[in-house]
Amino acid sequence: MNIHEYQAKELFKHYGVPTPRGKVAFSVDEAVKNAEELGGNIWVVKAQIHAGGRGLGGGVKLARSLDEVKTWTSKILGMQLVTHQTGPEGKLVQKVYIEEGADIKKEYYLGIVLDRAKEMPVMMASTEGGMEIEEVAKNHPEKIVKVAIDPIIGFQGFHGRNLAFGLGLSGDEMKYFTKFASALYKVYIDKDVDMIEINPLIKNGKGEFLALDGKVGFDDNALYRHPSIEKMRDLSEEHPTEIEAKASNLSYVKLDGNVGCMVNGAGLAMATMDIIKHEGGQPANFLDVGGGANPQTVAKGFEIILKDQNVKAIFVNIFGGIVRCDRVANGILEATKITQVNVPVIVRLDGTNAIEAAEILRNANIPNIISADNLVDGAKKAVALANK
Amino acid sequence: MSILVNKDTKVIVQGFTGKEGTFHASQCLDYGTKIVGGVTPGKGGTEYLNQPVFNTVYEAVNKTGATVSMIFVPPAFVADAVMEAADAGIELAVIITEGAPVRDMGLAKAYATKKNMMTIGPNCPGIITAEECKIGIMPGFIFKKGRIGLISKSGTLTYESANQIVQEGFGISTAVGIGGDPIIGLSYKQLLQMFQDDSETDGIVMIGEIGGDLEIQAAEFIKNNITKPVVAFIAGQTAPKGKRMGHAGAIISGSAGTAEEKMNALSSAGVKVVVSPADIGKAVREIMSK
Repeated sequence: MNIHEYQAKELFKHYGVPTPRGKVAFSVDEAVKNAEELGGNIWVVKAQIHAGGRGLGGGVKLARSLDEVKTWTSKILGMQLVTHQTGPEGKLVQKVYIEEGADIKKEYYLGIVLDRAKEMPVMMASTEGGMEIEEVAKNHPEKIVKVAIDPIIGFQGFHGRNLAFGLGLSGDEMKYFTKFASALYKVYIDKDVDMIEINPLIKNGKGEFLALDGKVGFDDNALYRHPSIEKMRDLSEEHPTEIEAKASNLSYVKLDGNVGCMVNGAGLAMATMDIIKHEGGQPANFLDVGGGANPQTVAKGFEIILKDQNVKAIFVNIFGGIVRCDRVANGILEATKITQVNVPVIVRLDGTNAIEAAEILRNANIPNIISADNLVDGAKKAVALANK
Repeated sequence: MSILVNKDTKVIVQGFTGKEGTFHASQCLDYGTKIVGGVTPGKGGTEYLNQPVFNTVYEAVNKTGATVSMIFVPPAFVADAVMEAADAGIELAVIITEGAPVRDMGLAKAYATKKNMMTIGPNCPGIITAEECKIGIMPGFIFKKGRIGLISKSGTLTYESANQIVQEGFGISTAVGIGGDPIIGLSYKQLLQMFQDDSETDGIVMIGEIGGDLEIQAAEFIKNNITKPVVAFIAGQTAPKGKRMGHAGAIISGSAGTAEEKMNALSSAGVKVVVSPADIGKAVREIMSK
């Protein structure tokens, strides 16, 4: 789960990670009021959406008067902000963050992610603030300093010093940086964070460090023990069908093709998308209905897939192991009574009692339910029928 | 031979009397797995599925001599269960539980390593040595005995692959579902080495997916250490960037973790990489007839 910049900064404040002062606003009036309360004579108006590259897309503007705060906020609120991460349709901006102008002496990058090979968090810092870290890693790997932090000992002074010296810092600046990094690691561990990125991290004239931006994603498996984080979820940032699927314990991701897929198991679901592509088609979605594949989940699966108007055929690919295929076949027939399905449904059932299952589907004599002999046959039929 | 487990392996079940534990432990017993007891704190001293129930793993190990634990406890308590197993001297923990927090698994894995306990999973179908010992949730009958070793991140794709291999007239020595979470136990490298050393395995199939770089490391390892023929399939060639595809670890971040990158690395290591998941069985026939 991801949160907005303003929420990340609230979290940072709570942990003593310094940030410039700021307040979120949902209307132009509120934005101006926030700017007044913050005081000073320079503010930044920042669109709050879950995507990077907001500045380049016109979603971050500097205001030198309250009038400018008003002007920029009215332009940004309600716009479809397009960045390299939103896709061409962009994202609707529903809130802005009004932040005091910061004294920027130098920009850095600081992030924490899990290093899967080392099986521990790794903190990364770079002098190339404001750049995409993937780009820096590709073109100037020498400009990235990393320390792996063994969770058994936690963040120690030497971790901070290694990063600070790597960035060319010394004296008080090194101390300020280490304190900042240590507080940030505490956020990462305490809140079961999956990824934190501060880009840019800024150094001001006094040599202090502040998070000018904040991107935080959490481990979904651990949300149950962080109700305060769960409350930060912004459902308007998620695809409505994906939310609905999740509520029914189905794992769904919308894609752009026209062949709907319903599969048991995440790996086989991905492989099903791959074989559709391989046979010349385009998958419309990823959908894992889980091990059970009972009539209710299959019916819900059909309902979710058919919300996508592009879907012209559905490929049901179930490998029945402990769940027998004959039961799945009956479940599919049952499901078509619960959810109206008016596109061809190609069904490939393999595993326990696959032959009986094919028999059940044939005998049902429903014209738009087509039985497939194997994986390739199913994919070919689904692609052909979707493109008809 | 085979790897890790066989007909003599003594297994206990943590989370024995829960719904999942009960169902799958019965299935394993039916398959012939030597389940010698289970652990459910508070139910020690009773019998369940004709096996003794213990309060602690220590007691279970002392009384039964079990070396392997199959773990079904709920996600919030799974790290505790894994660490208890490690502390009690279990040699291999097979963690079936899905949805374990990553931070918990990081700690549990570090402790298991310190105690020399191997782990498989979490969020995996388990391990099966065909026609001898099934420790997990896979449909046993698909895995006909043979001489192909199977390593896979995914459950149903493991069954799919085993089924194709059997249909081509081959069979399975041992199949291991390593799970698709960000932190997992035994991985390709260690298992490849075990299959390389196993006199009952002639060829290896590895099924990977997008996310992380375990498959890349495996490619490097195969190049230098594995002489037996290997077939690979990587799921998620059509997955979009930045989206989690079911498994917690299946996400492409930046340019890293793509299927293409993994397929290229494996190909250049001499692995027979198939593009279509329907060609796994055929590829096994090809490598085995060389």
